[in-house]
Amino acid sequence: MNFLNGLTLLLVYQLVGEVSVRLLNIPVPGPVLGMLMLFLTLLLRGRSTDSLDSASSALLSHLSLLFVPAGVGIMVHFDRIANEWLPIGLALLFSTVITMVATALTMLAGQRLLGITRTEKDDGS
Amino acid sequence: MTDPDLAAIWVYLSATPLLGLTSTLVAYSLAYRLYLFAGSHPLLHPVVTAVAAIIALLLLSDTSYGVYFEGGQFVHFLLGPATVALAVPLYQQWGNLRRLWLPLSIALVVGVTVGGLSSVYIARGLGGSLQTQLSLAPKSVTAPVAMGISEQIGGLPSLTAVLVVVTGIIGAILGSKLMGLMRIRDDAVSGIAMGVAAHGIGTARAFQLSAKMGAFSGLAMALSAFATALILPWLMEILGLL
Repeated sequence: MNFLNGLTLLLVYQLVGEVSVRLLNIPVPGPVLGMLMLFLTLLLRGRSTDSLDSASSALLSHLSLLFVPAGVGIMVHFDRIANEWLPIGLALLFSTVITMVATALTMLAGQRLLGITRTEKDDGS
Repeated sequence: MTDPDLAAIWVYLSATPLLGLTSTLVAYSLAYRLYLFAGSHPLLHPVVTAVAAIIALLLLSDTSYGVYFEGGQFVHFLLGPATVALAVPLYQQWGNLRRLWLPLSIALVVGVTVGGLSSVYIARGLGGSLQTQLSLAPKSVTAPVAMGISEQIGGLPSLTAVLVVVTGIIGAILGSKLMGLMRIRDDAVSGIAMGVAAHGIGTARAFQLSAKMGAFSGLAMALSAFATALILPWLMEILGLL
C-alpha cells in the first residue's frame, strides 16, 4: 500500500503540473513543474513520508529502464543517424567534455570568490 | 509442424501490448545482469544493450516501432512520475543546497548554456540538420525532461532519448579522468560537473566513485533539469533557431 500511495501522490503532482503548464502557458514540461511543486511541499512540510520515499526510490533506482522504449525509437531514425553520424558523434563528445569542464571551473571560481572552501562531508541520506 | 496455429498466435500477440511490454522488461533485466556481470562497465550500460536487443528482435520479426510502442508506452509513461520523484533526493540534499546555492546557481546557468550552445553549434558547424541540432540541445539533462524540451523546441523526442543516453555514457567514461586532469579534488565539484553534463548515468558513475560525489551529482542533475527547461527554449528562441 505504501508504494501505491506514493505513486498516487506523484501522479497527482504530475497531473497538477501538466494542467497548470497548459492553463498558464508556462514554458517547462508539466512533470518538471510537478517536481518543483512537490519539492516546495516537502520544504514547507519539513519532512518526506515513507510512502513517497518508497515510490520515488523504486522509480529512480530503475530510471534507465524507463528510457528503453524511447531509445528503441532510434530505429525510426536510422537514416538520419547514418547520414549525420559525424556531426552527431562529435557534438556529443565535445559538448559533453566542454559542459563538464565549464561547470567545474565555474563552481571552483564561484566558491573561491565567495570564500567557500571545500564542502563538508555530505549531510547523509 | 503447427505453422497455422503459430501464425494465429502471432496475429493475436502482435495486436496486444503484452509482447512489447514483456520484451522491454525481459530485455532490460537481461541487459542489467550483463552490466553487473561486466563490473558495471559504462559501455555495457543496460539501456544500450536492451535497446539493441529489442531492435534486433523487431527487425527479425518484421514488427514496426509503432506496434512495439503499444506495449512500450506503459514503461515510457512512468518517465513523468519519475521526474516528479526527483523532488525527493533534491529535498534530502537541502542542507547542501542552501550552503552552496549561489556558486551552484551560477555553475548551473553556465553549464546548461554552454552545454546547449556547444552541442548545437558543433553539429551545425559539421553540417547537421536543424532538427538534429534541436534534438541535441537538451542532451545533458535527464531523459524525461530532455524529451519534453525536445518536443517543445521542435526536435525529435525519440532521437533526443538516444542522444541523452549516449551523452550519459560519454560523461560516465570520461568524467573521472577529466576531473583528474583538471586536478579537482573536491568531490562536490566533480559531482556537480557530472550531474550537469551527464545526468543520471553520470550520477550512477559518481556514486561508484564516492557517496559524496554521487549525492552532489544527483542534486545537480535535478537542478539542471529545471534550469534547462527554463533556459533552453528561451535561448533557442533568442538565437532564432525556432
